[in-house]
Amino acid sequence: MYNFNYHRPTSIAEAAALFVKASEARYLAGGQSLIASLKMRLSQPSDLIDLSGIAELRAIKADSANLTIGALATHNAVASSKDVQRAIPALAQLAAGIGDRQIRNAGTLGGALANNDPAACYPAAALALGAVIHTDKRAIAAADFFIGLYETALAPGELITSVSFPIPKTANYQKFQQPASRFALVGVFIAQTAQGVRCAVTGAGPGVFRSSVIEQALTQRFDAAALDKVNVAAADLNSDIHATADYRAHLVKVLAQRAVAAA
Amino acid sequence: MTKFAVGQAVSRLEDEPLLKGQGRYTDDVKLPNATYAYILRSPHAHARIRSLDVAAAKKAPGVLTVLTGKDVAADKLGDMPCFIPIDNIDGSKRADTPHPILAKDTVRYVGDPVALIVAETLNQARDAAELIEVDYEERPAAVHTLNSAKPGAPQAWDHVKNNICFDWQSGDKAAVEAAFKNAAHVTKVTLWNNRCVVNSLETRGAIADYDAKTDRSTLYTGSQGASLIHPQIADAVLKIGKDKLRVITPNVGGGFGMKIFLYCEQCLIVWASRKVKRPVRWIAERSEAFLSDTQGRDNHSVAELALDKDARFLALRVTTHANLGAYLSNFGPYIPTVGTRMLAGVYKTPAIYINVKGVLTNTVPMDAYRGAGRPEAIYLLERTVDTAARELGLSPDEIRRRNFIQPADIPYKTALGDLYDSGDFPGNMQRSMTKADWTSFAARRAESEKRGMLRGIGMAYYIEICGNGPGEGAIIKVDPKGTVTVFLGMQDNGQGHVTSNTQILSEKLGIDASAIRIVQGDTDFTPEGMTGGSRFSATGGTTLLMAADKVVEKGKEIAAESLEVAARDLEYKDGKFTVAGTDKAIDIFQVAAAAQSKKDLPQGEEAGLNAKVSYALPSATYPNGCHIVEVEIDPATGKVEVLRYTVCDDFGSVINPMLLAGQVHGGIAQGLGQALFEHTVYDEQSGQLLSGSLMDYALPRADQLPNIDFNFHNSPCTTNPLGIKGSGEAGAIGAPPAVMNAIADALYHAAGIKHIDMPATPQRVWQALSGSKAGKAA
Repeated sequence: MYNFNYHRPTSIAEAAALFVKASEARYLAGGQSLIASLKMRLSQPSDLIDLSGIAELRAIKADSANLTIGALATHNAVASSKDVQRAIPALAQLAAGIGDRQIRNAGTLGGALANNDPAACYPAAALALGAVIHTDKRAIAAADFFIGLYETALAPGELITSVSFPIPKTANYQKFQQPASRFALVGVFIAQTAQGVRCAVTGAGPGVFRSSVIEQALTQRFDAAALDKVNVAAADLNSDIHATADYRAHLVKVLAQRAVAAA
Repeated sequence: MTKFAVGQAVSRLEDEPLLKGQGRYTDDVKLPNATYAYILRSPHAHARIRSLDVAAAKKAPGVLTVLTGKDVAADKLGDMPCFIPIDNIDGSKRADTPHPILAKDTVRYVGDPVALIVAETLNQARDAAELIEVDYEERPAAVHTLNSAKPGAPQAWDHVKNNICFDWQSGDKAAVEAAFKNAAHVTKVTLWNNRCVVNSLETRGAIADYDAKTDRSTLYTGSQGASLIHPQIADAVLKIGKDKLRVITPNVGGGFGMKIFLYCEQCLIVWASRKVKRPVRWIAERSEAFLSDTQGRDNHSVAELALDKDARFLALRVTTHANLGAYLSNFGPYIPTVGTRMLAGVYKTPAIYINVKGVLTNTVPMDAYRGAGRPEAIYLLERTVDTAARELGLSPDEIRRRNFIQPADIPYKTALGDLYDSGDFPGNMQRSMTKADWTSFAARRAESEKRGMLRGIGMAYYIEICGNGPGEGAIIKVDPKGTVTVFLGMQDNGQGHVTSNTQILSEKLGIDASAIRIVQGDTDFTPEGMTGGSRFSATGGTTLLMAADKVVEKGKEIAAESLEVAARDLEYKDGKFTVAGTDKAIDIFQVAAAAQSKKDLPQGEEAGLNAKVSYALPSATYPNGCHIVEVEIDPATGKVEVLRYTVCDDFGSVINPMLLAGQVHGGIAQGLGQALFEHTVYDEQSGQLLSGSLMDYALPRADQLPNIDFNFHNSPCTTNPLGIKGSGEAGAIGAPPAVMNAIADALYHAAGIKHIDMPATPQRVWQALSGSKAGKAA
């Protein structure tokens, strides 16, 4: 780790002010990716602004149309929230499957979205459910939020405050774990939303994406068998030491079928 | 605390302090005024160092010294030793790989130490390391075990043609060739034994202290026996003499063979501490462990088994290419050569011939990893036997039954020269099959198939060799105040040495466990010894018994003087020397008090009721057993789940069944990890370790392990007084072939697939099932 100045503000305004003042600041949410990269000296912020003192960022609330989760809600808080379990059980199940117990007690929804790891679980849920990401400056549709590998629409210093998930008719998330990291080797989130059937895929490509072939087939008939003849192209998918693009393409289809069956 | 008998499932005496955080591992050794070391490592697999500029680093804040290969040369330090000579087939000697503790002009693997920085804080040392300028001239890297041995491959060492460090043979080549001519059937199997990164929970570490008044260093370091590394550091490398160095090994959080050997860092830290005349600390990070701990396995083998018309084995021929890494580690060449003795297995194979080519590569040095050659041999043999059975239409148990060495054949000398003293191989297999419900497997397979899953069952019969090696020391000192202290050469790494030794001694001397202290890991006090090769109980236990016998013998002489009787009239029992047939007695601690004064001492004896023994077992011992595994495979994803695990072992006699079960469970976990998850991947061009962290290298986790149905069918060993056979590595030897035989059974039944290599990752299984040629597993 390199040295940095540490701050623990108690309000969003204070956090934003600290960010502007510092030469190269980073927000610290649950720290599950940032701390590791600091320890490996891959990141060298001048100032670390720890958000854990801002209580308002943790709230979880549901109404008839939306489930709104504070950016600093931990994966465990989401997984065990009665509101989440009632409104979007698939989201509670997704959160319960992230990492391990220690990670789930520290990692946060906002941190996961802002980091936009190409194998993270939450981006798939946000994209499939058509979530709205609220920041201290504006509201961003999930469709516009995820730009690319570890890249989002957030401007420097812009802070996610909460995320609103429209409550779907049905939804399910299926993850096939990368055996070491337990990130998604492939993860598929299927939802029947007011806008139609959505299928978001994580882990398989350079960033989360929607599979139009799967959405089209499921729009005609929301049934696992409807995907039997669908061909998921491997062309743009990742190949690495854990899986080839072919295997990932195959898993996208298998997991989509399982998600439909379980939804 | 009461007397502990051998054979009782006594809870580990070690647990309470360790679980309360009262253990003392290397990192817990806090010395005042300590400095911190950081090791700059090579980012290249193979490169010449054109220039190395440390001027800026030396001037950086807090830096006390920066050492490089130039300093190693200036101080005329010795190279890292390799103890294993090998004769090539043509009579010449194996190649040598001079290994300085810091690279002099060439780096040979990613992680090869290039410079050592000592500073007031670790961050300052790391900051300074970033100021070091190294101009590397990259050279092509030899990486792949098999490809590196081909003509024209990149050379890891210029003087080693085709990277072949040795070309070694064993067995009777002519007899094997003759047998193959008469064979009714030949089964040929080609396979990889995958490379494993050991990953002890506690990483390696070294903390050195220096006392200027006496010019003496103390090294605190995790090891599997302080006495093994002591002379290497003091005499071979630093050349300061053993009396100038004390090596202390505190608690150790896992070794698995990997912590037996000398590492550059242990020498570097002592050397640096003598230069800065202050304590120096170094604890490996996990990423450093991936780049610098010796790794295991990484063999490519071809086995051919000749059978007669009744499926009886006539001969076995094996050719192996074994990766040795960039430098020969302490025992590096031993593992793929001597380990092959177990290719005889539990079968009456009359003729065996083995050729092993040791291949140098630009990868981390290789050495023993839990099993050390025996897992490689048994995996190859048991996969070959299963494949032969499949080709001949026999069941796995039937082909083994036809070829087993029967109890009546024992003692039995194998074609490779091992003399099996005891064992009931058919009986063990039968017991394991009964416990595993082998005969009703078809119904379970049908049930799985109804759910769209593939089910397989597989067995492996392993035998291994333990108790080999140098002498083990044990010293017993009886203190008149009521304690007995044992100084052991062996080193606990988590096995429970304190518990089992206390049991042995408590029973032998008939004294309370609470009166016994076990001391390990301090070269100022503990004798020679080394934990490795599953030899602790058989060798160490025997040595302890012999030392206890000596204590009783000497005690009788002293007691005889005190009681004014002849020593032969005394009996020793329950801590007392009693005059036979009377109630006249004196207890062991009173005898120890008497032993302090000259009056009662026999002539020529030293004061004190003490004994020292050093002993090596005259013959090895052969633990063996049958593992049976049942797996279910999801054909849609290729994911393998181990549903049932049954093992029936022959460990001879048992000191503590609970510790023993722990050894078996741990060994199976590691073996299952190798079979299913652990995938060490080097980039073939660059030699970079791609699976260089726990984010990419998958270790087995609790939720992936089945319940293990662990059984004994013991035939006590006849060649050591405790009857013990050794258990530490057994699980890691039996598990990989059992798991892979089960997977092969499922895949053959479903799709005619005869073999896939370890690790059986979902992708590999899926690719085999889908017949995809496109993506050969990375």
